[in-house]
Parts: sequence; structure tokens; C-alpha cells
Amino acid sequence: MSDTIPVVIKAKLIPIYIMGKKYEVPETLTIMKAIEYAGYKFIRGCGCRGGVCGACSTVYRKPGSYKIMSGLACQTVVEPEMYLTQIPFYPALRSIYDFEELTGKPEEIFESYPELFRCVACNACTKVCPMDVEVMDYIAALKRGDIKAAAEISFDCIQCGLCASRCMGELPQYHIAQMARRINGRYLTPAAEHLKTMVANIETGRYAEEMIRLKAMNTAKLKEAYQAREMEPATGGEDWTPKEKIGL
Amino acid sequence: MPYPEELKKLIKIVESTRAERVERKKKNEEVPFLSLDARTDRLKYHPDFKEEGRRELLIGPSKGYRIAHEMADVLESYSRVNPANVNLSNPDYETDVLVIGGGGSGTSAALLASENGARVIIATKLRHGDANTMMAEGGIQAATKGHKDSPYFHYLDVMGGGHFKNTPELVETLALRAPDAIKWLEHLGCNFSKFPDGTLKTIHGGGTSRKRMHYAADITGAEIMRTIRDEARNRPDKIQVLEFVPAVELILNEKGECAGAVLYNMETEEYFIVKAKAVVMATGGSGRLHIQGFMTTNHYGATADGIVIAYRAGVKICFLHTVQYHPTGIVFPEQAEGILITEKFRGAGANLVNIEGKQFVNEREPRDVEAASIIKECIEDGKGIPTPTGKMGVWLDSPMIEDLSGSGTVEREFPGKFILYKRFGIDISKEPMLIYPTLHYQNGGLEFRNTGHTSLPGLFVAGEVGGGIHGENRLMGNSLLDIIVYGRIAGKSAAEFAQNNIGMSKLTLEHVVKYNQEAEKAGIDKDRVSPMLLPDYTTPEIRKRQLTSHYVGTMR
Repeated sequence: MSDTIPVVIKAKLIPIYIMGKKYEVPETLTIMKAIEYAGYKFIRGCGCRGGVCGACSTVYRKPGSYKIMSGLACQTVVEPEMYLTQIPFYPALRSIYDFEELTGKPEEIFESYPELFRCVACNACTKVCPMDVEVMDYIAALKRGDIKAAAEISFDCIQCGLCASRCMGELPQYHIAQMARRINGRYLTPAAEHLKTMVANIETGRYAEEMIRLKAMNTAKLKEAYQAREMEPATGGEDWTPKEKIGL
Repeated sequence: MPYPEELKKLIKIVESTRAERVERKKKNEEVPFLSLDARTDRLKYHPDFKEEGRRELLIGPSKGYRIAHEMADVLESYSRVNPANVNLSNPDYETDVLVIGGGGSGTSAALLASENGARVIIATKLRHGDANTMMAEGGIQAATKGHKDSPYFHYLDVMGGGHFKNTPELVETLALRAPDAIKWLEHLGCNFSKFPDGTLKTIHGGGTSRKRMHYAADITGAEIMRTIRDEARNRPDKIQVLEFVPAVELILNEKGECAGAVLYNMETEEYFIVKAKAVVMATGGSGRLHIQGFMTTNHYGATADGIVIAYRAGVKICFLHTVQYHPTGIVFPEQAEGILITEKFRGAGANLVNIEGKQFVNEREPRDVEAASIIKECIEDGKGIPTPTGKMGVWLDSPMIEDLSGSGTVEREFPGKFILYKRFGIDISKEPMLIYPTLHYQNGGLEFRNTGHTSLPGLFVAGEVGGGIHGENRLMGNSLLDIIVYGRIAGKSAAEFAQNNIGMSKLTLEHVVKYNQEAEKAGIDKDRVSPMLLPDYTTPEIRKRQLTSHYVGTMR
């Protein structure tokens, strides 16, 4: 069992071309499992195997079609006669910046990534994105200086680099988006006040005695305290407060 | 692939009971939580309780400890490299702090070590950020809302989840340092889900008494990982990252301190020596050992390497007799098998439902109880749903979320999973998901203290590779927390240790020689070599044809 290669394959075998070479693989497998089934062992081009890490970018073409398709090897199911290759790494330029020195102005991104303005709005980036991120739209948002919009539009980016591989303007879109998201998180979103208060309370030792008391409890006492916990209801709102003030 | 006809028929049954279940949810009429006694009873269905799944370790500092065969196999193995062939007199790299592992804990440790004046090298097996951290979806716990929550409740929840066996000091530090960890991430620009005034959104997770799960949509781990990795990349003068070079042995010095590691370049097959004044072990977990044949949610590189090499260097292990099975892993479609469905779906109101369309367990039990309940429902009570690939699962009724919180909620709150299923022709805002427990987390690991120190001077531990924080069972949201809290602590402790260490003592691999001798004496098969580094998914057919066992000519 498991997400390993099944020992007994009942599914029909279909031909695929891994870097031009033909292999017969079960039609139900993802490209990643099909490559392993063919006998390859990954060092590159394989990561989380769950579609979030961006290690297994793959481009392919189907028979008789000029169209270049793309996908994550771990998420895309094989199709008969597909010609595929992985692009496990792409040499995109990443700008180094001092995050503490930033203020949240769009000019700071323009300075780090002047190539942003080489975008010709061809939309090749969006078309190739395996996560359906509207890449060109966030680049356009940045050109207008709207960092927040760029951060939101790019949120699902897994930094696989396929956008950069297809870009006529040679932009490193995913690196630019990363900078935008961090700026958004720190400089364009209000900090949580309740968080500051809690950290300060812990630093001044508000809970120190309770913690000493807890640590000294034997298992029986601890179980008692555990079962006495008042449970916040699943449907309660932000302002719910417990009846008992113990531990607060 | 979309659900076939047989399953579509069974989905009708789920639909027929949905309205009534939604009504009960709205009225807070939950299936009651199990009592502590009933929990113990239920846990008999948990894979940890299968005695035939474990054996006593024959060698090493925790000799006699009963753990899973798959873990014992990698511990009872020989070194990948003959220590006699390794030249330690001329290190390839020298640094203050060597961090082994480039996931969340390793990267946090590197950032803090660099802030405390150390030059840092991160050595990692795959790419920087290739780790379970990246895959954590649900959230990160911290008691940040003082009007209803505190470290007191966080502590109790963690202990209860871990069967009250957790190491108290480790839990205390986790709970007390949690809010500061969130603040640090917020400060680094992590995009947590917030209300317009900046208040962090929080929800429940299994085993929490208060809503303290912070999140960044349904890719919390990825958002944290890419944020801290980005910061590390901004400090190339202080933090050097070496990728595709897993550590295959620790190096000690003649004073008995940890003083570096042997790295293996998997692409060129060369070995390299790093000399360091302190070492942080942050190699994560071991899902890819596929304990008891279970499918796993884990990253390709989760093969227990750090446990293996630190164990050889004399560090004891603890809590490895328990393994966490995440209750809800995808069991259909086959292409997505093993992939985790975050607990947040249950937090948002989705029921677990059997073949009769009935809810059979409260969805907010601790993970082990939840997983045991699903296994019981399928195997003991025969109320599981058979999949086209011959497996069993139960429904996770995601469309309920739409009824509870409005149309479009599933796509908005769970964009990652929505897209994943959409690719297979399944709309999870309209159709439920078919799930089964999947190997998820290594509860135990290397023994360490709340300062990151281990029994081996100069070796510090952070993250999943360590044991004790979560006792016998971790709660959701405490792993992302653990890696940040203890990553930062280990990084700082290692930098301090390095500062007081002049690093003049001679390097040695004598401990590896001794371990190999011990293995030989215990009669362990000479072909057993570890760390494993990567799992092998080659089919038996192919393996039969891979005849070369010793390489001589020019081709491997």
C-alpha cells in the first residue's frame, strides 16, 4: 500500500516518452510515480509529493500538438504518448535586500527588481503556472504599485519557477512575489495588538506561578485539571470568555 | 479521476443525512467526547498497540527499547562510509555552527545563530526548504488571546494529547515561548490570516480547549517556510546553504564534543568534511520508512537520518514507540493517496461519516483517538467505504462547510485542496472526500533539554528529530510551533556554545568504528547500511534487472 509503487499493477499500460525515450507505464499513475515505475530514482525533481513544494515542474507535449503543457509531476496523471521532461531548477536572479530597512513603498521593489518593467504582458507566465496563479496580474499590480494585491494574487505560488522559464522579459516573478508578500505581511497589514500584550505579559512573569504549579502536578492531579478545562464552543465568536478565570 | 458510479451512489446516502447533521452542528449538539477511560479502550485499534509491529533494539545507547521494525532496521545498521578512509585532518568547510537540515527548525536555528554572532552553514539533503514544514497545512498553536487563553491551557492541552507522558520542561517552554514565536514570524512578514484590525484569526484543532490555531489560509507551513527561507537568503554573508549534501555521520573531537559532520554529495558521490564548533540537528521525521506499510503524508526526504547518526554518537532516543497517524489522508483517488487533508476541515464543521451516512466520532478528539476510531469503524465495525483500488475509507463531509458558513467557503478557505481535487474531477464543495489514517509524524526522537542541549556536548536538537515535547501523541498545530520555538532556542544555544569553543581539539570518527563493531558483534547483516537518505520506489521487476552490485569500470 502507501504512495509507493503498487506491487501489482492491474491498470492498462500506456506509452510515455521520458526525455524522448519510450516507457510503458500504468495509465493511473502520476508523472512522478510513472518515472519511478520506469526505473528512475529521483535526487532532483521530487520533493513533497503533495503539490506544495515546487520541486517537480514538468513540461510536456501531446502527440500531434505543438502546444507546450505544464504541470507538477506529483499532481499530473500520465496520458498516452506524452513527451515530457522535468525542469527541477531554473536560474532566476534573486535580489538580496535588507528586510528591516524597508518601509513598504513600491519603489523598494522596483529598485530590487527593475526588470519588472520588462514585462510585455504576454501572459505566458499565467498560462504555464501549475497552481493557476494569475501571475501576469500580480506583476501588473506591482507595476501599478499595489503590493497588497500582488501579495494576495500570488499567495498560492509554490516557487517552482515555471513562470520565469517562459518569460519573454526574463523576470523572476516568483522571487518578486515573495518580496511583495513579506512586505505585505509586515508593513501593509496591522500588527496584532493582542499578540504584543500576551508576549509582554509572559515576559513580566504573569503565568510563571501557574506554570510551576502545573509542572509540579502528578499525573492524577494533571488529569483532573485537564478534565476540568472549560471548552470554548466551536461556534463561539471572537469575544467568547470562559466563566472560570483560572489560568488567565 | 472522478468518483465512479458505485461511490456516487454511496454519496447519495451522505447527502440524505447532511441537513440533519448540519442542524445539530449549528446547535452545538456534538457527538460527546470520549472519557479518558474510553479513549484508552479506543486506542487498542491504533497501530502503535500492535506488539508484533515492534522489536527490541540490539545495540546502541537505548539498547533494549522496543520500537517499530522499520526504525530499528535503520538504527541497527553500518556506516555508509568506512571511517578508516575518511581524512579528517583537512576539512573542506569550517564554520561556527553547522545546521543539519534545511527545513523550518534548521532555518530558524540558522537565523538565530547568525543573529548571535555565529557564521553558519546549513547542510541539507535536498533543496533548502524541502521539508515537512512546507507541507504543514492546518496551523500553528499559541495562546495569544489573553481574555480567554493562556500558556496554562496550552500546557494542559499538550499534556492531555500526549497521554500525560510528555517531558514537562519541554512543554512549559513550548507554551511560554509560543506567542513570541508568532510575533517573530509576523515581524518577518509572514502573512497570517487576520481580521482587518490585525487581530489574528484562530480556530480549534483536535484536543484544544481554546481556539488558538493561527493559520495562513490552508498553506500555513509553506507560508512560514518560504518566509524564513527568504530571510536566510538575505544573509548570504552569514548563512551559507549547501544543498543535496545530507550528513551521513557526525564527527566528534577528542574531548568528546560534537565537532562537525561528514556530508555526502548525492550527485557526485563525494564525501566532504565540515568542521564546526557546534552542530544543530534538525533533520525532521521518518514517514518515508513506511512503518507497518502505511502510506505517508511526509516529504520524500523524511528517512530518520539525524536520529541514526546522533544515536551512533551516543544520544539516547525516547517516545519512538509511538508514531502519529494523521486521521485524514486521501485514500481515493489513487494519484493523491497519502496526501494530508488538514484537520481544519473538521474544525470548520465537516463530519466524519460512515457508509450509512452516520457521524461516528467527535471530530475534535486528539489525533490518535480519531485515527483509531476510523480504523475501528472500517475494520472492526465494517462500516467503511470500499474504494475502487481495494482499500477502505470513511467520508469527510466537506460540503457541510458550505451549509454552515456559506457558499464558496470551501474554495476560499481551502484553495490548495480545492484545486487538487478539481484536477481529478471532484468538487469538494459539493462532494465529500474519502479518507483513511496516514503515517504523519514521528512523536519521539532524540533526547534533549529545553535549551536545545543533548547529552553530547556541542550537539543541539530542534524540531521533529527531538522527542519529549509531544509525549506519545502530538496535537495539530504544535509541530510548526515546535520547530520555530526550538529552532530559535537551538540556534541561540549553539551560537553561544560556539563562542566559548576554540575548536582546537582533533577530530575523530572513533564512535563510528565502535558502533560498527557493536553491530558486527550483535550479528547484524553486513549489507544493512544507513542513513537511508532516500526511499526506494523501484518496482521488484526493475530491481531484478539491476544486477551490478560492485562498481569497477567507468559506468555505474
